[in-house]
Amino acid sequence: MISKKKWLSVPYLFWSGLFIIVPLGMVVYYGLTDRTGAFTLENITAIATAGHAKALRLSLLLSFVSTVVCFLLAYPLAMILAQVQVKRHNFIILIFILPMWMNFLLRTLAWQTLLEKNGVINHVLSFLHLPALKIINTPAAIILGMVYNFLPFMILPLYNALSKIDGNVINAAHDLGAGHIYTFFRIILPLSIPGIISGITMVFIPALTTFVISSLLGGGKLLLIGDVIDLEFTKTSNWHLGSGLSMVLMIFILINMVLSAIFDKDGEGSML
Amino acid sequence: MNKELIQLIDISKSFDGQMVLDELNLSIHENEFVTLLGPSGCGKTTTLRILGGFTSPDTGRVVFDGQDITSIPPNKRQLNTVFQKYALFTHMTIAENIAFGLKIKKKTQSYIDDKIRYALKLVNLEGYENRMPDSLSGGQQQRIAIARAIVNEPKVLLLDEPLGALDLKLRQEMQYELIRMKNELGITFVYVTHDQEEALTMSDTIVVMNQGYIQQIGSPESIYNEPENAFVADFIGDSNIIPATMIRDELVEILGTRFACVDKGFGENKPVDAVIRPEDVMLVEPDAGSINGVVTHLIFKGVHYEMEVTANGYEWLVHSTTLFPVGKEVGIQVDPFNIQIMNKPESEDEEAVAIDI
Repeated sequence: MISKKKWLSVPYLFWSGLFIIVPLGMVVYYGLTDRTGAFTLENITAIATAGHAKALRLSLLLSFVSTVVCFLLAYPLAMILAQVQVKRHNFIILIFILPMWMNFLLRTLAWQTLLEKNGVINHVLSFLHLPALKIINTPAAIILGMVYNFLPFMILPLYNALSKIDGNVINAAHDLGAGHIYTFFRIILPLSIPGIISGITMVFIPALTTFVISSLLGGGKLLLIGDVIDLEFTKTSNWHLGSGLSMVLMIFILINMVLSAIFDKDGEGSML
Repeated sequence: MNKELIQLIDISKSFDGQMVLDELNLSIHENEFVTLLGPSGCGKTTTLRILGGFTSPDTGRVVFDGQDITSIPPNKRQLNTVFQKYALFTHMTIAENIAFGLKIKKKTQSYIDDKIRYALKLVNLEGYENRMPDSLSGGQQQRIAIARAIVNEPKVLLLDEPLGALDLKLRQEMQYELIRMKNELGITFVYVTHDQEEALTMSDTIVVMNQGYIQQIGSPESIYNEPENAFVADFIGDSNIIPATMIRDELVEILGTRFACVDKGFGENKPVDAVIRPEDVMLVEPDAGSINGVVTHLIFKGVHYEMEVTANGYEWLVHSTTLFPVGKEVGIQVDPFNIQIMNKPESEDEEAVAIDI
C-alpha cells in the first residue's frame, strides 16, 4: 500500500518517465544498434576515429580551461561575498545571477555581435585607432562564451560552501598562530572542497557538452564533440552514431558525478 | 594576590554607532580564574575578542605582561581561545587538530606526539587521536577544543561561553573539569558567560557587566552577598529589592517597619534600596516577626519551597524548607547582616532590568 504522500510524486514520475527515462532508453538502443537494428559497438568505438577524437580532445581542453578560469574568477569573489554582511550580499549575488535570467542563446548571440569582425568592439577599437580584435571563431572566443555563461554556476556553490565555514574556525586558526596564507591553504580551501567539486561539475559538464557556444562563437570551423553529435542528428541523420557518441560523453558525466558524490557527501556545495 | 598579567586601559568600542564598551578598565592577575558575567549585549564577548585580538578597540590599550599588544594580531599573541561551539577543524583528525598550533611553531614530531598524549589525558579523552571531530559528542568536542588551545602553553586561556551548547548535567560536570584543569595547568582563565551559577561555581573573581560598563568586580561571595547595585542584585540569583529609607547608621525603614542592619555611612533619612535574598527571609508565626503577611503563592522546587508573601504591599520572595500553605498568615523576620543596603541607581544604566536566561 502506497501512502498518500507518495501519490503526490506521480505527476513528476510520469514526466520523468516520459521525458528522461524513455529518451535515455532510446539513446542506449540507437547507440548499440546499426541501421539494420543489429547489435554493434561500432557507434561507440567510433570515438577513436581521428575526427571524433580530435573534437573530444578539443572539448575536454576548452572545458578544462574554462573551468579553471571560472574557478580563478569565482573563488576570490565568493570569499568576499561570504564575508560581507547579510544585508548587502543579497544584492551583490543578484548582480551575478542577473545574466542567468536572460536566455542563454540570446547572451551567446550578443557575444557574437560584440566580437564579430565588424562587431561593436572592433568599431570602438577602430574609432580609437587601435588594432582590431580577432578572436571570433577562435578557441579563445569559445572559452570566453563558456566562462561568461557558466560563471554563476561556479560562484554559487563556492559561495555556499564558503559562507558555511564558521568565522570562529578561521579565528581559531589565527588564534593558534596561523597567518593568512597558512589559514587559507590548511583551513579555508580544504573546507570548501564540496563547493569546489560542485562548482567544477556545474561548469565542466555543460561546457563539455555544449554545441551552441561553439557553433555561434567558433564559426562552425571548430568542432567540439557536442557539435559532432549535433551534426549526426540534424545533418547526416545518423541517430545511431550520434547516440553512441552521446553515450561516450555520458561516461565523463558519470565520472564527474561519482567524484562529487565522494567529495560532497552532505550535499553541502550543492546548488542554490 | 598574584602579579598583574593583563590590563585593559580605557577600552571603548562601538559597532555601527552603538556603544558596546565605554572606557572599560580591568586588571587580570596571574593564575586567576576571571569570569566576565552579564546578559547578552553587555559587552563581555567583545571584551574577550579584544583580548584575543579578533576585534580592535576604538580607543584604549591592552597591556599584556607589561607589553602593549593592542595592535598585535591574534596569531602573535601569547594567549589561546576556546570558542563558542568549539570551532574544531572538521576536516582533520583529533590529533591533527591538537597539533595545529604546534606544527606552526615547528616543534619536533616527538614533542608534538607527547603533547597530544598529555593534552588528551588532561581532558580525559585518551585514545581519541584518530577520531574525526564530527564523531564526538558536544562535550567531547569541547574538551578537544580546550586540548587544542592548551598544548600551546598559553599564559592565558580565553573561554567564550564554552559550555553554552551543553545540557545541564554535562555543563555541571564540565565546570568541575575546568576548575581541575586550571589548577593542573596553573594558568589564567578568562571566562565569558551569561550563566550566573557557572560564574559563582568556578571563578576566583567575577566581573559583572551590563551595557558596556563594569557593574561590580569581586569574589563570588562578595558579588552574591554584597551586590553594589540593583542590577547586580537582580542578575545574580533571586532577590527582594525593596525601596527603603536609611534612618541612621545600622537602622533602616523598610515598608514602614524599622529593621536593624549592619550598613553604615549612607547618611540620615536617605532613600536607598534594601536587598534581601529569598533564603534570608525567615517565616515565623504571626506577630513573632517584624511584619505580618499572607502567603499568596507556593511552588515546590526540590531543595526548597518557593513562596510569595504579601506584606505591607510588597510581594516578598521567600525560599524555605518549611512549608507554609497559601492563605496562611505569617510573620517575616530578617537578621541584620542579611540586609544589604544599596544606593538608589543614579543612571538608567544601573537600573535593574528584567532578564530572561
